[in-house]
Amino acid sequence: MAGSRNKGNPGIMGWFDDRFPATAMWEDHLSKYYAPKNFNFWYFFGSLAMLVLVNQILTGIWLTMSYTPTNEGAFASVEYIMRDVDYGWLIRYMHSTGASAFFFVVYMHMFRGMLYGSYRNPRELVWIFGMVIYVALMAEAFMGYLLPWGQMSYWGAAVIVSLFEAVPFIGPDLAQWIRGDYLISGATLTRFFALHVIALPIVILALVVLHIIALHEVGSNNPDGIEIKDKVDENGIPLDGIPFHPYYSVKDIVGVVVFLFVFCAIVFFFPEGGGYFIEAPNYEPANPLKTPPHIAPVWYFTPFYAMLRAIPPIAASQFPGVVVMGAAIAILFVLPWLDRSPVKSIRYKGWASKIGIVVFAICFCILGYLGVVASTPMRTILAQICTAIYFAYFFGMPFFTRMEKTKPVPERVTG
Amino acid sequence: MSEITMTDNGVNVGRRRLLIGATSAMGAVGAAGVAVPFLGSWNPSAKARAAGAPAKADISKLEEGQQMIVEWRGKPVWVVKRSKDSIATLATLSDRLSDPDSELLQQPDYIPHTPARSVREDIAVIVGICTHLGCSPSYRPEVGPQPFDAQWVGGFFCPCHGSRFDLSGRVFSGSPAPKNLVIPPHYYESDSVLVVGLNPQEAS
Repeated sequence: MAGSRNKGNPGIMGWFDDRFPATAMWEDHLSKYYAPKNFNFWYFFGSLAMLVLVNQILTGIWLTMSYTPTNEGAFASVEYIMRDVDYGWLIRYMHSTGASAFFFVVYMHMFRGMLYGSYRNPRELVWIFGMVIYVALMAEAFMGYLLPWGQMSYWGAAVIVSLFEAVPFIGPDLAQWIRGDYLISGATLTRFFALHVIALPIVILALVVLHIIALHEVGSNNPDGIEIKDKVDENGIPLDGIPFHPYYSVKDIVGVVVFLFVFCAIVFFFPEGGGYFIEAPNYEPANPLKTPPHIAPVWYFTPFYAMLRAIPPIAASQFPGVVVMGAAIAILFVLPWLDRSPVKSIRYKGWASKIGIVVFAICFCILGYLGVVASTPMRTILAQICTAIYFAYFFGMPFFTRMEKTKPVPERVTG
Repeated sequence: MSEITMTDNGVNVGRRRLLIGATSAMGAVGAAGVAVPFLGSWNPSAKARAAGAPAKADISKLEEGQQMIVEWRGKPVWVVKRSKDSIATLATLSDRLSDPDSELLQQPDYIPHTPARSVREDIAVIVGICTHLGCSPSYRPEVGPQPFDAQWVGGFFCPCHGSRFDLSGRVFSGSPAPKNLVIPPHYYESDSVLVVGLNPQEAS
């Protein structure tokens, strides 16, 4: 345990260590945290997610210094930040681009987990904490998108909050309670502001701590999906493990540099992301009496939005679509128990798993595209097919992972 | 106490369990009580409720085929004066509508389930919020083929997801919207004054 080590040492660190387990924590999580030596490209995204989180918090704090969370002042204050505050444009674009970057790295990070079975025993809680972070992040992003108080902010929120109206019996009252008014109004804006800048960031930070503590308790998975703790040297150190610091801290810095190249290129040259990061109607102030011709959520929500639209109303209720959308996220929580394969990594799984995950990823991307564009009958059918495949992948997983022929797993990591 | 269990340390386990249970239960009641103001503060404030008061509109200058928009509780309420011809057309549309007789309750009980769906046959009063995902459809009174409908007879078209409604706010089959548009509570104070937000029996 961290508490009993490094006691009675001389010097300033010794003074601290007698009173606070500073060195022990440093060792547990960095200098003596042994991570598998065969991490590849996919393992950059965890540390990048941390970097983007720091970016969001830092730029977010600075934005609140100039932002006015009111019905009358919100839109104008964002324009004030963009035009009159020195470097305001940069801080805002770092924040808005950071939101998209956050979802990009989180989706890559989650896909890595799916590829290498990082959610499997004993890492189920790591995965579940991660999923809770993902859900909290979606709430955070959704509420943040209302704050510029543009047309797409307003109508995007109107559409999403109206989903709660589809809940049987309590729906209309629930939606009204969320809005705090009969429509999206200043009351909704101020409460979303409070949740966006205080409540959810605290929750997300706490969850990140839980995610990492859980990970460091069980140890990192790796592309071979084997447990490095099974083969240790005479000191109990995994033979295939290397200390996170300096080996992976240095490796991750390379990832950070490459990431920042791309990130800065977007911030400086394409901050609106072609209308996908900041949508064009958001340059018009919110107007409750005028709906923009085409309401589309920001790209990171569109796969689920496409599912919502793909489900036809049953008995004149939108509720089934809402349920399907919720189920698409909920089913990810039980992924650790759906995968029954004797091996963890896709490298040693059979053809069914390999084809399955590729088809799943393609369907998810198609749904993402369909959620951006206006719906037509053909596109609705395509969205229905992709939604069916999305669920078939998960519902089929307990069967195809057990039935398929897997390859033998190596004793030691293969690099 | 009928049953007293003693352990090695002389601890009365039964009493301890009762005390823990009672304290937890009281704590839960307290937590629920504390939650009331926090959850309750999310309800519409007195100011929001006041802003949601009934809206009056002068309809004396409304011409046939013209639409006016009254804001009630921040929602657009359409007031459309329909011509004799368009009222006659409404009755012929039943086959093309999802719910021609407005059986899914989207209107106050004093609104007849007729094609006109209104207190006064010539005037339609409709909440202009699409029942699909809350967009506001646009008024398209022109009769004739449209890009979204080759047999268009005039009505409302939602640009968000393509829902189509007739001049009574009844939804055409094949639209994403599941229900007809909502008719708000309203009554006529006089021939020229419409009050939106109050039922006739509530009017004083």
